[in-house]
Amino acid sequence: MEHYNMNLTVKVWRQKNSRAQGNFESYSVKNISSEMSFLEMIDVLNEELIVEGKEPIAFDHDCREGICGQCSMYINGKPHGPWQANTTCQLHMRAFKDGDTIVVEPWRSAAFPVIKDLMVDRSAFDRIVQAGGFVSVNTGNAVDGNSIPINKDAADASFAAAMCIGCGACVAACKNSSAMLFLSAKVAHLALLPQGDPERKSRVMNMVAQMDKEGFGACTNTGACEATCPKEISISNIARLNHEYLRAGLTAEK
Amino acid sequence: MLDAKIPSGPLETKWTEYKGHCKLVNPANKRKLEVIVVGTGLAGASAAATLGELGYKVKAFCFQDSPRRAHSIAAQGGINAAKNYQNDGDSVFRLFYDTIKGGDYRAREANVHRLAEVSGNIIDQCVAQGVPFAREYGGLLSNRSFGGTQVQRTFYAAGQTGQQLLIGAYQALERQVALGNVTMYSRHEMLEVVKIDGKARGIIARDLVKGTLERHFGHAVLLCTGGYGNVFYLSTNAMGSNVTAAWKAHKQGAAFANPCFTQIHPTCIPVSGDHQSKLTLMSESLRNDGRIWVPKKKGETRKATDIPEEERDYYLERRYPAFGNLVPRDVASRAAKERCDEGYGVGTSKQAVYLDFADAIVRYGKIEAGKEGKQNLSMDEIIVMGKEVVKEKYGNLFDMYEKITGENPYEVPMRIYPAVHYTMGGLWVDYELQTTVPGLYALGEANFSDHGANRLGASALMQGLADGYFVIPYTLGNNLAEEIYNKAIETSHPAFEATEKEVASRIEKLMSINGKQSVESFHKRLGKIMWEKCGMARNKEGLQQAIREIQELKKEFWSDVRIPGSVDEMNPELDKANRVADFLELGELMCQDAYNRNESCGGHFREDFQTPDGEALRDDNNYMYVAAWEYKGEHEWTLHKEPLEYDVVKPTQRSYK
Repeated sequence: MEHYNMNLTVKVWRQKNSRAQGNFESYSVKNISSEMSFLEMIDVLNEELIVEGKEPIAFDHDCREGICGQCSMYINGKPHGPWQANTTCQLHMRAFKDGDTIVVEPWRSAAFPVIKDLMVDRSAFDRIVQAGGFVSVNTGNAVDGNSIPINKDAADASFAAAMCIGCGACVAACKNSSAMLFLSAKVAHLALLPQGDPERKSRVMNMVAQMDKEGFGACTNTGACEATCPKEISISNIARLNHEYLRAGLTAEK
Repeated sequence: MLDAKIPSGPLETKWTEYKGHCKLVNPANKRKLEVIVVGTGLAGASAAATLGELGYKVKAFCFQDSPRRAHSIAAQGGINAAKNYQNDGDSVFRLFYDTIKGGDYRAREANVHRLAEVSGNIIDQCVAQGVPFAREYGGLLSNRSFGGTQVQRTFYAAGQTGQQLLIGAYQALERQVALGNVTMYSRHEMLEVVKIDGKARGIIARDLVKGTLERHFGHAVLLCTGGYGNVFYLSTNAMGSNVTAAWKAHKQGAAFANPCFTQIHPTCIPVSGDHQSKLTLMSESLRNDGRIWVPKKKGETRKATDIPEEERDYYLERRYPAFGNLVPRDVASRAAKERCDEGYGVGTSKQAVYLDFADAIVRYGKIEAGKEGKQNLSMDEIIVMGKEVVKEKYGNLFDMYEKITGENPYEVPMRIYPAVHYTMGGLWVDYELQTTVPGLYALGEANFSDHGANRLGASALMQGLADGYFVIPYTLGNNLAEEIYNKAIETSHPAFEATEKEVASRIEKLMSINGKQSVESFHKRLGKIMWEKCGMARNKEGLQQAIREIQELKKEFWSDVRIPGSVDEMNPELDKANRVADFLELGELMCQDAYNRNESCGGHFREDFQTPDGEALRDDNNYMYVAAWEYKGEHEWTLHKEPLEYDVVKPTQRSYK
């Protein structure tokens, strides 16, 4: 792999806090190596800003290996940037060339208010999980792990849904700011397993109600969520969610 | 000072006896008892959820935006448990024995045995929560083998076991939040322990969004705040992982044990330049099929694929014919360093070695061709078939490698180098996980107790969940039973006021320095000192030098650091400064501990204590103890020794030749 250096213009959304009016600011960054990660490019820019006596750009990030789900930004209009099945922290600068202008924004959704610059508040996701995204089993209740055989295909499908990292890119990509892909992944993860069966109906009803309360939009099956998801969570989970919701609604006893 | 409170009686009945006789708290009293849990990784989330279920009033804290982000989430390989589902001779005793031996005989027998005993319960609990472990076609749980053990006892969920276990614990935690038993404080960082009459009674935390300080009372405080590998700046830890909570506890009287025991993982993606912010692990499982080599010629410039077989040095196979590429982590790491130091390293930085799958691809290709009865295939056709097999086994790791490096590991060998991964040392705790400060506990990687001088693969997840789900619910109750007469203390108490003032003035001092250098630049310099002088190989002179350099760096930090912005707002630079200030002090103690330990064991390799052929030389006569350091003042510690007594296991020298 040939490595190269580049000079770039980075336009970043700056916003002091949730109440302030934000605006774009342009910065030029020089000698960026194609081997750097995108966040390391921002590290370089921040180091320069600090030395110049300015405030660095605030952004969420932690594991920098694509699994914690904390990094969250639009890069040139796409959540997590131009690569497929990728998080911002795993995007590398060889995706860009010398002279490029890169536009960086925080997630845009009423349910994810901006905290500062590129950081948003995603606690709505935690509250959706609180509404029912669990199996009600206290520690110590469990029977032997192998006493509940589970069909391998179901276990694999459940795992594929459970891989969601809760980053919120699906919401950011959706023109309606819908959280259906996130929610459906959790509902599918648990609905596909016998452990999740006793609470299947109440779970889906309560979680959908909480999603609506948080101000996320409705789903119009555009598919932007699936196309953007860094973990390639399938949109068929939304079909499963609708099935679960309908089933719960039609057979409701209260 | 050190009373480990290990129950009497035979090893295998200690925990049962303890549980049978420990004090209990009745449900009505539990409602009146408040518990603070700091950190929401596997240890913290499991403890907070379980204590909430029991009826305690729990407050949980994490610095991330959600408890689900804690770095336990990044663990790849798996979790060990002595289930013996494979009928291959596993047992509680074998898991116990492997862990003690893997730790190079520097862990406590009683704690490790308890860990092995509860390991099976962890799997049951996680399955019940809906953790989607890998399964066989018959619907039962699948196992794989892992680092150096002879049985298959590792449970896994593809390469994302940590993620699935953490989500299980997180969901259990959120359920308790919904039930009102746990109050969750995200984007909050603990900055001090509050002590009243010698007992831990709460914490001072900073709301990282508003920038304000908060006082929180607890009848007990649990630190589940992970390891301190980020003292090296570059590590496989998350960017935010830090030692601050543990360090504040240490300065308030909690002894810090074996700080120099650091695990360096041999297979990580190497540093690509000065801009590097973190390192990424490539799972240990790759060494099953990959061959590690460097060119025989110093300063080789040809591409790996252009270097003929006879000009390659498969140095692990050469030095360790019996174990070859599958020597333990510490041995593999040191051997890679040795080759690079001698000038045989590869890649831009020359700080890397090759991990090559070409042979494995051909081998698997031939097997596939044989299975299908195809003869007279060309080498190209065999390679195509072989690549398919390798893809099925390691596809996600190969993809991750390609994303980071831009190179296709199916075509060219991976470049790898060792990196800091885990810290076996931590706060000293007794059998009940209580530190030397009454009421203050440490769980998971934050404590020192179970892994000795070297941790085995797939044991970190096991320990975090053992502590949180199955140990602390009993041991905390035994102590809180005494607290039922004590009402919650108002946070207007003078101790809270004074401690908050101290924290505020420390922050004020940091902000007022207004120097010229960024926090990050200090952190990088500290990391460089630590890596070069207290990393994979250490020696007396180097450690003395490191101590001096760190002391000077600390002075420079406190006179020239620049933190933009203000205190009463979200200020990530200030958050970092608080953490780096503590790393600067911890680094010195780590060097001191490494200097004191005149032997080589596990992850601690002293160049001045090795066998004639370059292997670790342990000194059981003089160093078979836990080094617990008591903080006395700036640059000053007192060493307390907890002798390690092996009643069941007989320590021997490890050899892999």
